[in-house]
Amino acid sequence: MNRRAYIIRRTLLIVPTLLAIYTITFVLMHATPGSPWSNQGDKPIPPIVLERLNESYGLDDPLWVQYFRYLGNVLQGDFGPSYSQRSLTVTDIISQSFPVSARLGLMAMVFAVVVGVTLGVIGALKHNTWIDYIASFTAIIGISTPSYVVVSLLVLVLASRYHVLPTGGWDGIWSTTIIIPTIALALFPSAVLARYTRSSMLEVLSMDYVRTARAKGLHERSVIIRHCIQNSLLPVITVAGVTLANVVTGSFFVESIYSIPGVGRHFVQSISSRDYPVILGTVLLFGALITIMNLIVDILYQFLDPRISS
Amino acid sequence: MSTASERVASSSESVEFAKPKEANSLWSDAFKRLRRNKLAISSLVFIVLLGLLAIFAPLVSPYSYSEQNYDAIRQSPNWEHPLGTDQLGRDILSRLLFGARISLSVGIIVQVVIVLIGVPAGIVAGYYGGKIDTFIMRLVDILYAMPSLLFVIIIMTFLQGVLDNAESGFVYTLATANSRLGGLVGVFIGLGLISWLTVARIVRAQSMSLKNKEFVEAARSIGATNRQVMTRHILSNTMAPIIVAVTLGIPLAIIYESGISFLGLGVRPPMPSWGLMISEAIPNLRSYPYMLLAPAGALSLTVLAFNFLGDGIRDAFDPWMKK
Repeated sequence: MNRRAYIIRRTLLIVPTLLAIYTITFVLMHATPGSPWSNQGDKPIPPIVLERLNESYGLDDPLWVQYFRYLGNVLQGDFGPSYSQRSLTVTDIISQSFPVSARLGLMAMVFAVVVGVTLGVIGALKHNTWIDYIASFTAIIGISTPSYVVVSLLVLVLASRYHVLPTGGWDGIWSTTIIIPTIALALFPSAVLARYTRSSMLEVLSMDYVRTARAKGLHERSVIIRHCIQNSLLPVITVAGVTLANVVTGSFFVESIYSIPGVGRHFVQSISSRDYPVILGTVLLFGALITIMNLIVDILYQFLDPRISS
Repeated sequence: MSTASERVASSSESVEFAKPKEANSLWSDAFKRLRRNKLAISSLVFIVLLGLLAIFAPLVSPYSYSEQNYDAIRQSPNWEHPLGTDQLGRDILSRLLFGARISLSVGIIVQVVIVLIGVPAGIVAGYYGGKIDTFIMRLVDILYAMPSLLFVIIIMTFLQGVLDNAESGFVYTLATANSRLGGLVGVFIGLGLISWLTVARIVRAQSMSLKNKEFVEAARSIGATNRQVMTRHILSNTMAPIIVAVTLGIPLAIIYESGISFLGLGVRPPMPSWGLMISEAIPNLRSYPYMLLAPAGALSLTVLAFNFLGDGIRDAFDPWMKK
């Protein structure tokens, strides 16, 4: 298959994927017993009010009508009203909170790539020395510690005990509030990246062309940078989608604990208040983000590794 | 592409050519290599000890996990309560021990669910190919596109709702078991439903490459049915990668369980899930840090041990993968 045909086919595959994510989420949300009005305040809502509420939000229509109506609205960028925060639409909520999450997520991804790749490269270059062992050990600890544990430990030590950093909140990326959530979000993906880079780098180091490069008298530094790191990063790119997914799901916990007004926190709140449109909206947003990221990775790979397109 | 078992077999021949050797099975070879891995073995010892503590939790724990003592609220660790008490005066050590039951049983039972769904799906897809393969693998691809935790959260919301409102039939039986086990049944189903994808992919790849091998052809030529070929020949040659995937799946399931319990969608109070204990500790973080340290330490250590063991088993089955 030639490259162009592959790219077109791969891009078109996004549509059924997103549709499936929408359908699964929609069906599960509406099949879940209990209504969005069941935990609003202490008193039970009178039946007549309930009827009016359902009518005004279109919840009394047949399910398939709701399915297509909402799908049509979403395609026009309208995610509907939020059930629990009446004055806001879901589009409002997302457009307010997404920039916050995006900045935090981007910081975390940059941090994860820098730390992960560095640890991996060092581990491979110092293969089977104590430096390698420390790097690998750090990586496996990172994989074994969930983000909410990391956040709470960092808050406990750096904020509550030593008062070096704030205990929570959000004040843009140029303030000290971003340090703890960034580290907590980045720890797991950087550990994954470190393990990937290390094994990929070790493989490259044993290649014939590396030996050739050394044999013809190239400087060790340029062998490492030009021949090894560049080639070993190729397979590492495939984990980019996974890294993003880790950062997204980590944000549910990190944003909730560190009280950051991002999408992850809204998602967690909307789950407990059964705010269907917010749940659907955020799931679609995250699903689309990760699907597109995977698409970019796959297409990028076509250009970076000529062996694949043959 | 040669399979793990073939590579292992050829390696043992070249090493032990001098003395007449007994037939070394894949298993005994792998076990030998595993035994030399100190980290993996000490992790195994840790896990076995934890398992024993979990099984005998009612005998070894000083208090019950739900017993509230209002005279001893938020006590720091002392002689009566070695790890202190929580905001309801419950003994943290006892809750930790009962929490080990939850984490370990989730880790193991979810793997059973995964094997029950993923292995048949993968074998059938790889063996028959064609439309069945396309259907199963498209489904797997689509589910893969969704971040698993996002998916777990949605499924758990759904399952909790269904189980809480069940009135009759099979679902009601499940719901009764669920409420008796403090929401654990929902966790098993929910995590099992989303985690079978990796196993299905591995098994499919194996069964696709195995189905054209000579030994499968030989089996077919002496009259083995499709079913016999799949269970006798393909499945038995796929065991090693399945075991590796399952061992590495245990820590993942444990992390997911504590994550959803942390969000209030998993195990219900007063059941002492480590994730739930961590979430209860966070509002009290500043003044009562020991409430966080005990469950967080237990969770990380357990996951760490399973990861070391899983890595060890992977290296033992496939020494070529070890770099």
